[in-house]
Amino acid sequence: MLGWGVDRLRADMSRLLAILFHQGVLDEQFLQLQQLQDESSPNFVSEVVNIYFHESEKLFTKSQGPTCKTDGYCDCRLDREFSDYKKMGIHLNQFMGSSSSIGANRVRNVCVAFRAASEQNNRAGCLRALELLEHEYCYLKNKLHELFQMEQQRVLAAGARYPLQQQQQQQH
Amino acid sequence: MTVEDQRGGNSANEKMFPVGMRVLAVDDDPICLKVLETLLRKCQYEVTTTNQAVTALELLRENRNKYDLVISDVNMPDMDGFKLLELVGLEMDLPVIMLSSHGDKEFVYKGITHGAVDYLLKPVRLEELKNIWQHVIRRKKWCPKDQNRSPNRDKGGDGAGEGEQGATSNGSADQNGKGNRKRKDQDEEDEDEGEDGNENEESGNQKKPRVVWSVELHQKFVSAVNQLGLDKAVPKKILDLMNVDGLTRENVASHLQKFRLYLKRLSCGANQQPNMVAAFGAKDSSYLRMGSLDGFGDFRSVHGSGQLSATSLSSYPPGSLLGRLNSPGGLTLQGASSALLQSGHSRSLNNSLNTLGKLQPGLVQTNRGSTNLFQGISSALEPKPSQFKSMNHIGDFNGKGDATSFTIASCFPDVKVTIGGLSNTISSATNNPQMLHVNPQQIQTRRSLATQSSLSMPSLNQESFDVGVRGSSNFLDHSRCDNNWQGAVQLSTFPSNSLPLGEPFRHDPLPTSTRRDNISSTTSHIVNPLDFSSSGSLTVPLDMQGQADLVGNIFHNTNYTSKNRWGESSQNYNPCLNGQFGSMSQSMEQRKRFDASVLGQSNSGTQSMFQHLEAENSALDPKMMSNEEFLLEQTKPPNGFVQNNYDSLDDMVNAMIKRV
Repeated sequence: MLGWGVDRLRADMSRLLAILFHQGVLDEQFLQLQQLQDESSPNFVSEVVNIYFHESEKLFTKSQGPTCKTDGYCDCRLDREFSDYKKMGIHLNQFMGSSSSIGANRVRNVCVAFRAASEQNNRAGCLRALELLEHEYCYLKNKLHELFQMEQQRVLAAGARYPLQQQQQQQH
Repeated sequence: MTVEDQRGGNSANEKMFPVGMRVLAVDDDPICLKVLETLLRKCQYEVTTTNQAVTALELLRENRNKYDLVISDVNMPDMDGFKLLELVGLEMDLPVIMLSSHGDKEFVYKGITHGAVDYLLKPVRLEELKNIWQHVIRRKKWCPKDQNRSPNRDKGGDGAGEGEQGATSNGSADQNGKGNRKRKDQDEEDEDEGEDGNENEESGNQKKPRVVWSVELHQKFVSAVNQLGLDKAVPKKILDLMNVDGLTRENVASHLQKFRLYLKRLSCGANQQPNMVAAFGAKDSSYLRMGSLDGFGDFRSVHGSGQLSATSLSSYPPGSLLGRLNSPGGLTLQGASSALLQSGHSRSLNNSLNTLGKLQPGLVQTNRGSTNLFQGISSALEPKPSQFKSMNHIGDFNGKGDATSFTIASCFPDVKVTIGGLSNTISSATNNPQMLHVNPQQIQTRRSLATQSSLSMPSLNQESFDVGVRGSSNFLDHSRCDNNWQGAVQLSTFPSNSLPLGEPFRHDPLPTSTRRDNISSTTSHIVNPLDFSSSGSLTVPLDMQGQADLVGNIFHNTNYTSKNRWGESSQNYNPCLNGQFGSMSQSMEQRKRFDASVLGQSNSGTQSMFQHLEAENSALDPKMMSNEEFLLEQTKPPNGFVQNNYDSLDDMVNAMIKRV
């Protein structure tokens, strides 16, 4: 029974990943991250992705006190005022870099558009890009969370297998 | 092995290399850093990471031999990646790879000119990292060799050396060092392809002695080649003939290679405007369409030192020059280019002038006013408010006393005569080595054309002129020139105005800003004498582009302007321009801005533009526009170029001047 669950989980995960790749949410960079995950760093992908989410949160929070002050030189990164295009550009660059490093393809593309708009001081364009960015980011986050949950369940399920197998072996 | 000698602490076994190569990774983004670290570990390198540039510097200073390679992000909060790159290159002589999320050409250019051995884009792939050890080997292989050479060897490949180096290759080590530093600062030099083998790409590397192919040195080289005959010229013999201390066979060999390419270009690229444009775009300075020493210009650009003297021109068959001249009125002042410009060496100017004088008869044929005059020669002539000072300068330079050539100069008022000795071109001296041979007769007509790069556009003349001028502080001149140009423009429509294209002047060490200014000014006035009261506005946009785009931009602008504004102006150039300029990597926005500025139609925008540009400008280091780059990009005409929102060109110009 548990084994069956593991297989099903694995199938679900594969399906989800396939969908995400197909949609362009993730690209081959994500695959590369998965390949980097091995015995020496078993949770590499989830670690990296968690760091990514953690860092990106700062981008979207409004300037409300200390929560937003991460690096100290800018209090609000992607707010709707677009007060400072240059700073925004800097943050965007970083966000773009990290998004592309984990394979968040769609997010990265929106960043590119956002950057272009901000360079042109195109406020409307920036607004639109920001909305889109938030949307894509949320979507990505949800899906990846889902993925990792499934992974965790799978690991648990697989772990639970062994005791059962051992018992079975002992029985035999 | 040298590796061990130099990297005393190299823990990696030679045989096992690149396994165990010690890499220092710097990136403020924790995700990228982590991914990079893991990837590098996967390649079996030894990785040290830090997210702060200052920490990285400390680590490196503590023990430079602990690391073989540095990978650094470009955008970092505590220190600019390029700055770190420079420092590491200067102090530690380690290969540095830049990393960035976007691969804008200007950034890549900046990286390379600041001495990066490579420029990677995020996300970094494993395959790319698997090969980075080559940079370590390359550095180790060539460095000791260079270091063993006499300190006088200063490679002028960077073109930056042209003006400032001025010195011959026999300069002292100090000079070299300083020159290197200066060169680095001025930057922009595009590394010559040919130099790869011999020297490190890093221009800022103080420890690597480089040969500066100064005007005199090049003259020697050319005379040696002539003596031997081009076919029979082998590096060893040339070296013997030249009898210069501290010059190695390899230096000569690479220089010869460039020279040959240049000659080829000269002979191939004649008579075609597109050629010119292409030339401009091409590093080789084919920009000098003008028949005149396109090749020469190319040569210079290829050479990187931008110090081709006019004498080298003389070695070129005049016939080819003539051919070129036809269309653009190719006045190409060569040789004097950067060297002349920069240092205003009258000596070299004279030489170049002499050379030019010889060539002139041949060149005279070009009727179009495209005077490629002196595009490159910017600094040679100091910008003076007086309109005709350029003439004066030229007179100074004109050792040969070729009055005719100077007449042209007179045409161009302030034009910072980049002539560098070329009497003809008023070219606002951007260090472009472009040699403009101005036919005296042509000069007359050309006056307006004076633009260095023979812009086929008559109106462009002015522009081209400016463009050529780019450079350097001649910004002021531009404004002045503009005034003059207006009149000049009226003189004649020189379709063949060869765009002065800063391109040929790539070696121009002048900061891009100046260059831009120049260009803008040129464009401004070309466009419409009436419209542009101050070239300054134009220059502003130029700054933005900073790099080679200048030329491209200018052309664009001119195209636009001419198209839009002055229907009457010959449309000749339009096609020329379009075709010629390769796409310059400049961002479209910049270009648009440039165009807009070029139009200079409305002064209202200038102010804002200026500010905007300034901001942008500050972001960019002055760079020498590589000739290639100039022509490389060709942006479609920006729709908005006809923006008449500049408050006052004068303001812009003033601002620019201040900036400059």
